[in-house]
Amino acid sequence: MTREALINLFLFLLLPVTAGAAWLLEEPFIITLTTKVAILALAGVGLNIALGLGGLVSLGHAAFFGIGGYAMGILAAHAQSFDPLMEVTFLIEGTKSMPVIWLVAVIAGALAALAIGALSLRTSGVYFIMITLAFGQMLYYFAISWPAYGGEDGLSIYVRNGFPGLNTLDPIQFFSLAFGVLALVLWFAGRLAAAPFGLALSAARQNAERVETVGMSPYRLRLLAFVISGAITALAGALFADLNRFVSPTMLSWQMSGEIMIFVILGGVGRLYGPVAGAALFILLEHILGGLSDFWHVYLGILLLLVVLFARGGMIGSLAGRAVAHD
Amino acid sequence: MNLRSWVLAAGLTALATAGLADGHGGKVKVGMITTLSGGGAGLGIDVRDGFMLAAKMAGNENLEVVIEDDQRKPEIAVQLADKMIQSEKVDIMTGIIWSNLAMAVVPAATAQGKFYISPNAGPSALAGKGCHPLYFNVAWQNDNLHEAAGAYANDAGYKNSFILAPNYPAGQDALTGYKRMYGGALAGEVYTKLGQTDYAAEIAQIRASGADSVFFFLPGGMGISFLKQYAGSGVDLPVVGPAFSFDQGILQAVGDAALGVKNTSQWNKDLDTPANAAFVQAFQAEYGRLPSLYASQGYDAANLILSAMAEADVSDADAFRAALAAAKFDSVRGDFRFGPNQHPIQDYYVREVIKEGDVFTNKIISASLTDHADAYAAECSY
Amino acid sequence: MSMLLLIEQVLNGLQFGVMLFLMAAGLTLIFGVMGLINLAHGSLYMVGAFAAAAVAGATGSFVLALIASLIAAAAAGALVELVVIRRLYDRDHLDQVLATFALILIFSEGTRWLFGSFPLFLDIPAALSGPVTLPGGIQYPAYRLLIIAVGLLIAFGLFQLIARTRIGIQIRAGESDREMIAALGVDISRLYTIVFALGAALAGLAGALVGAIQSVQVGMGEPVLILAFVVIVIGGIGSIRGALVGALLVGLTDTLGGVLLPGLFATFMEPSAATAVGSSLASMSIYILMAGVLLFRPTGLYGTT
Repeated sequence: MTREALINLFLFLLLPVTAGAAWLLEEPFIITLTTKVAILALAGVGLNIALGLGGLVSLGHAAFFGIGGYAMGILAAHAQSFDPLMEVTFLIEGTKSMPVIWLVAVIAGALAALAIGALSLRTSGVYFIMITLAFGQMLYYFAISWPAYGGEDGLSIYVRNGFPGLNTLDPIQFFSLAFGVLALVLWFAGRLAAAPFGLALSAARQNAERVETVGMSPYRLRLLAFVISGAITALAGALFADLNRFVSPTMLSWQMSGEIMIFVILGGVGRLYGPVAGAALFILLEHILGGLSDFWHVYLGILLLLVVLFARGGMIGSLAGRAVAHD
Repeated sequence: MNLRSWVLAAGLTALATAGLADGHGGKVKVGMITTLSGGGAGLGIDVRDGFMLAAKMAGNENLEVVIEDDQRKPEIAVQLADKMIQSEKVDIMTGIIWSNLAMAVVPAATAQGKFYISPNAGPSALAGKGCHPLYFNVAWQNDNLHEAAGAYANDAGYKNSFILAPNYPAGQDALTGYKRMYGGALAGEVYTKLGQTDYAAEIAQIRASGADSVFFFLPGGMGISFLKQYAGSGVDLPVVGPAFSFDQGILQAVGDAALGVKNTSQWNKDLDTPANAAFVQAFQAEYGRLPSLYASQGYDAANLILSAMAEADVSDADAFRAALAAAKFDSVRGDFRFGPNQHPIQDYYVREVIKEGDVFTNKIISASLTDHADAYAAECSY
Repeated sequence: MSMLLLIEQVLNGLQFGVMLFLMAAGLTLIFGVMGLINLAHGSLYMVGAFAAAAVAGATGSFVLALIASLIAAAAAGALVELVVIRRLYDRDHLDQVLATFALILIFSEGTRWLFGSFPLFLDIPAALSGPVTLPGGIQYPAYRLLIIAVGLLIAFGLFQLIARTRIGIQIRAGESDREMIAALGVDISRLYTIVFALGAALAGLAGALVGAIQSVQVGMGEPVLILAFVVIVIGGIGSIRGALVGALLVGLTDTLGGVLLPGLFATFMEPSAATAVGSSLASMSIYILMAGVLLFRPTGLYGTT
């Protein structure tokens, strides 16, 4: 077992152990926080496929996160008010069932990523960063000013959506669900990185010309990576909205994109478990520093700066050494 | 036992024990979620200071307050609410400034059996169809101050108003509220971008519209920008707005541009009641600044809770609710009672911005609406 | 809509564009010469506005306030460059984005720590407070005319600086071949600090000029920062001329879009729906413009590959 594999195992067990201990100690809020870590880590895992594997610095991933959130909000709001979503040629009803919501979120996220990616990937470098930011802002302003689904007020769902066989309102059961999804996606992302597609994508990041000469199109590789990445982030968005029973345009804001990126960087870019470590550290800091001072953002900023300047490769990189597992 | 039933059993135990841990024997634990950092922190700080001042003056040891900062982010507010309910096990929640945060927190909190006393936000959804027996609003329904402005426009004889607000739900409510009372014609109706800081384009439209008056709702920095630019534009139509853009916290940043502007409010520091005089004096002594509208609402929220504590034990929810609904406390606004949807029935005033020495502040010039209730009460049924 | 109103709105768009240019010029120079994405540029804008408000409050002089904004922002810029930014030149864009995002957090909350949570007061001088009447009978605020004049003057000065002075030659050389000018004996780290401080000073000046007609508060820099990025991406990153053209395009699109679109939709929709749709579309218009430009010219209007 390499040192990184050990760290990964530790991180993987960290969440259920924390949640389990909190459950034994009857601290439901700690379980809620752990659930939040799992869901934000999921969003980070999504971004990491574009960022770490594909080298695509997207500053607009909040768009997919928010689309997932609104998929949940819109479907559940219609189910809540018994008001069908659409009556075109056949009737489309809202739903309170998580599996259906997740499916819709993943499809919506993938389609949005396909559209945004197809246009954005024509550019590269800084232009790519900025055009993804611009698409994110477009959706953000659209969500704020479109009155049908609450505008800036967002949408509240009074009761969390259901999952067959579980009581999702119970913190520990909802945690188990979120953690299960995270574990599945981590497994998928690990397989993806090792599969021919992942290897080709990594190669395209390092040397696009060489990939082209063997007859593969870097554009298509990247587009596919971007679509998978957007779909996973949208799934995380749907779960996040369900955690809060609420969705609003702040999920689409560029600060949200920045935060998802922070999870990835704090943990270590391109490391499979980087987002888990990053999200856990971020939430921990938010609660420790937030308790110490109203001005905790200053400390967060300084810490972030130190990580970027001196701890390249993030937490996992510092602990496990320089080699990136994906390569 | 397979894993699923184990988890299920575990969850039920957790719920059952959480249920037993309630009840504090005469004690009341209040969870305050408000905005203390980032943009808009000034409003939350005032609500908190007003609330804590009342708690301090009452000296009631049975009142315990936990305060958390929502950073004006709905997601954070929702998580803090979970924390307050799940770990802190509070009885009453309060503090939220913004309607969008209230919409995220209040329905979930009341659904879990907690009282919520709103010291500021009063979205129409919570006053009408979404009203709840455990939800009380001690400030106003969102439309009220705008309705008062519309009523004032009639009194002042305005016939052709130009109205503007940001393009978000509270902005749409504002224009609806104004139009509900205002009887004249509209020279223009404009929705601006939320967070917009340059109003040159809108001011040019006002100039060209032939209006005889301007009504605007632009809270926070948006209002400061608008007023300064309006004053520099040479358009000198009378302006009226709700108190938010003319409150103690931001008036100093607007400066001379605000002088003489009429604004509507349910409170001002010169309201002549003993409770108000005591509040204004104590606030200045405690914090060294003039109290704002928000501070007065925080102060009233605390006194409402204290008055109910004197009547009933919070563990008896029905009795405590009745005690809250009776509103037997000395409001700094004078007469105050709750309507059937537990929103205020109260008087609204027209204020004018003046300068006292070096400090910009407001004085009341007339009454606008008396014993006014909100328009959504009829839609509310428990 | 009358012709007069339209002209006035064009002037408003021009004024907004000129302001954006002051922000965008610094950003694009810093990117062109050092290859650095600086998200903290909006914080320097805020620093300028706060410095101006503090000095104007203490002395009552608007001219001193403007000078203070230049000095404070340039000093903050130079300090940040020496302590943090120079470690980022060799890093990839990702590290730059993150580190400067961290700087935003530090600057914003640090400023709130120093100045409190309430907006500060900064007003325009009394002499400029009223409107002037332009030929054709248009009434237009004197101060906004001044902003347009100052902005165009600075744009002209910047072109001269880059085209004719020694430092301008070094900047242009730095844009095309960084290693070469270091090899030719130019003190490259000094040049970088100067360029960064120059960009910061322009942002600070913009903050002070705009702060006088808007509100001076924490977080005022970020919305402008995003717009400035849109500007330099449209114009082509690294090109001062592109920044000017992009700034004017964005300024005019944003202003005229907000004014004209609701009216346009009202011709075939009912008024309140038209206002809603028009306003929504107007708030997205500059991002649509940017996406459109990039689709046809992936490196912006004046960008080089």
